[in-house]
Amino acid sequence: MVENRPLTAFLTHLVLILGVIAIALPVWITFVASTHDELRMNQAPLPLWPGDYFLVNMKQTLFGSGLSGTESAPVWLMLLNSLAMALMISTGKIAISLLSAFAIVYFKFPFRMGFFWMIFITLMLPVEVRILPTFEVVANLGMLNSYWGLSIPLIASATATFMFRQVFLTVPDELLESARIDGAGPLRFFFDILLPLSRTNIAALFVILFIFGWNQYLWPLLITTDTSMTTIVMSIKQMLEAAEQSPQWNIIMTTALLAMIPPVFVVIAMQKLFVQGLTETDK
Amino acid sequence: MAEIQLKDLVKSYGPTEVLHHIEGDIKDGEFIVIVGPSGCGKSTLLRMVAGLESVTSGEIAIGGRRVNELEPSARDIAMVFQNYALYPHMSVRQNMAYGLKIRKLPKDEIDRRVEEAAEILEIKQYLDRKPRQLSGGQRQRVAMGRAIVRDPQVFLFDEPLSNLDAKLRVQMRLEIRKLQQRLGVTSIYVTHDQVEAMTLGDRLMVLNGGYVEQFGTPIELYDRPASVFVAGFIGSPSMNFLPVEISTGHATLPGGGLLPVASTHAGTATLGLRPEHLNQDENGPLAIEVDMLEQLGASTLIHGRLHGTGHSITASVPGHANDGIGSIRRFSAAPELTHLFDSVSGKRLAD
Repeated sequence: MVENRPLTAFLTHLVLILGVIAIALPVWITFVASTHDELRMNQAPLPLWPGDYFLVNMKQTLFGSGLSGTESAPVWLMLLNSLAMALMISTGKIAISLLSAFAIVYFKFPFRMGFFWMIFITLMLPVEVRILPTFEVVANLGMLNSYWGLSIPLIASATATFMFRQVFLTVPDELLESARIDGAGPLRFFFDILLPLSRTNIAALFVILFIFGWNQYLWPLLITTDTSMTTIVMSIKQMLEAAEQSPQWNIIMTTALLAMIPPVFVVIAMQKLFVQGLTETDK
Repeated sequence: MAEIQLKDLVKSYGPTEVLHHIEGDIKDGEFIVIVGPSGCGKSTLLRMVAGLESVTSGEIAIGGRRVNELEPSARDIAMVFQNYALYPHMSVRQNMAYGLKIRKLPKDEIDRRVEEAAEILEIKQYLDRKPRQLSGGQRQRVAMGRAIVRDPQVFLFDEPLSNLDAKLRVQMRLEIRKLQQRLGVTSIYVTHDQVEAMTLGDRLMVLNGGYVEQFGTPIELYDRPASVFVAGFIGSPSMNFLPVEISTGHATLPGGGLLPVASTHAGTATLGLRPEHLNQDENGPLAIEVDMLEQLGASTLIHGRLHGTGHSITASVPGHANDGIGSIRRFSAAPELTHLFDSVSGKRLAD
């Protein structure tokens, strides 16, 4: 809708600009803080323009022992841990959801709808709700302090199953019949027809799930005690609470900046597919 | 040799029987059209032959081999779907080659067959395009190409032309017929369009409510329809029906006119008269009060009522006409072109 009313235009722009500032300012401060030395960051007023310690901070954060006086892992290792966890969670979720949606849509078996609803009610059981029993199971399986322990309990996903079910339901039956006449078995149909057709949806889901995995905080905090398994999101919080010293804002902010990069990269790289996957309806 | 036998074929969904004891022998190379109104079970029957629907009882044999339990791919058939069912993410070439690839044919053999089919269908220049870049008619060709490359014993067509516009439909209809004659492959074609059925089929199977009403050549169906249903379904515009009283070679029309008929039957009956078989005759027994004229150019359809009664009746007269509404025209009909049906069962009465 195009309207020619100067006051409305002014107001809408004002709201938009305020919104941009509200989101961008903290990011800017994070960036600025990562470019000053420790001393400057503990003096008032806080700097609003970049200093020249960026590379020094970056080097100390990435490859040094991080905060002085603690025994945390170097941040590159944390990044790696986070990346591994996020990738395992997102690919795992997608793989399992694709297969369960395939089973529910294309196979007739007893209690099919029962299974569907069983999957569906797990929506009400996120890891925060079942944290103690899940911890017990993971501990008994000896998966504490491992990538498996970090990712497997988070892999089952009702949301993704449901979404792929909806996607599969829009695929015309004739494609399945045509594939049957062509002699394609169920797995062949899955890989040759269904997967390529759900490509954009997979990409969209990957973006969402990667960020979900990357931002995991409570679960990694609970099951990793070994510093070599810390993920970057939990470590930022730990750095703040590092005992008996004033926070080293320059290092913390550099870590935060590093933690932001991979999700941003994933979103930008997959933006086109992401939008297609969430809006495109025809097959 | 791929003749198809349908023996006592029944299909039920739960307690509801939708196809009742279908019998049919289809000779090798024959083009069979299954025709009927929507919901008559024609697509179900085709899908049973394809193996996409299970058989409740009875037997389907292709080339003398019972195929009831075989997967569609093992029946050596190819099917063309109404909405083409092309794989949207594959190019035309990949679409056509997919079935052959699964059957693990050598690559040069696949290429040869695809090229050959593309040549026949004149779609060579589109081989590397995706289906969405093609028009409806081109997609239709690709769907047929996919059937041809498999070199099957039987072609199955499920209303393949119903998504095309009228002109293209006529053109594709002729091409399908030519193609089938050239390849000589036994074909079953499902449609609800009686013109398509008449022009394509060697023989037509008319289905109604899950029963075979009649199975014969188009001309048989036109000249000697076995029931009121077939008579009304085949031929356009459709046949007029009037309740009559027969005695000594004459039918007494409602309103009193006497029309000679070629029958020795006596008693009540349903008289069928095709609009194109009504001849203008100033002393004819059929007086039609004109309600409406449909000018078709080459001929004119006169829609009206039998004078003095409520029975609507349509006549086709050659050339133009400009009768006023409410005016009366008189017609007669040749006895050998009249049809008589039992007024209760609707079955044709013996001549």
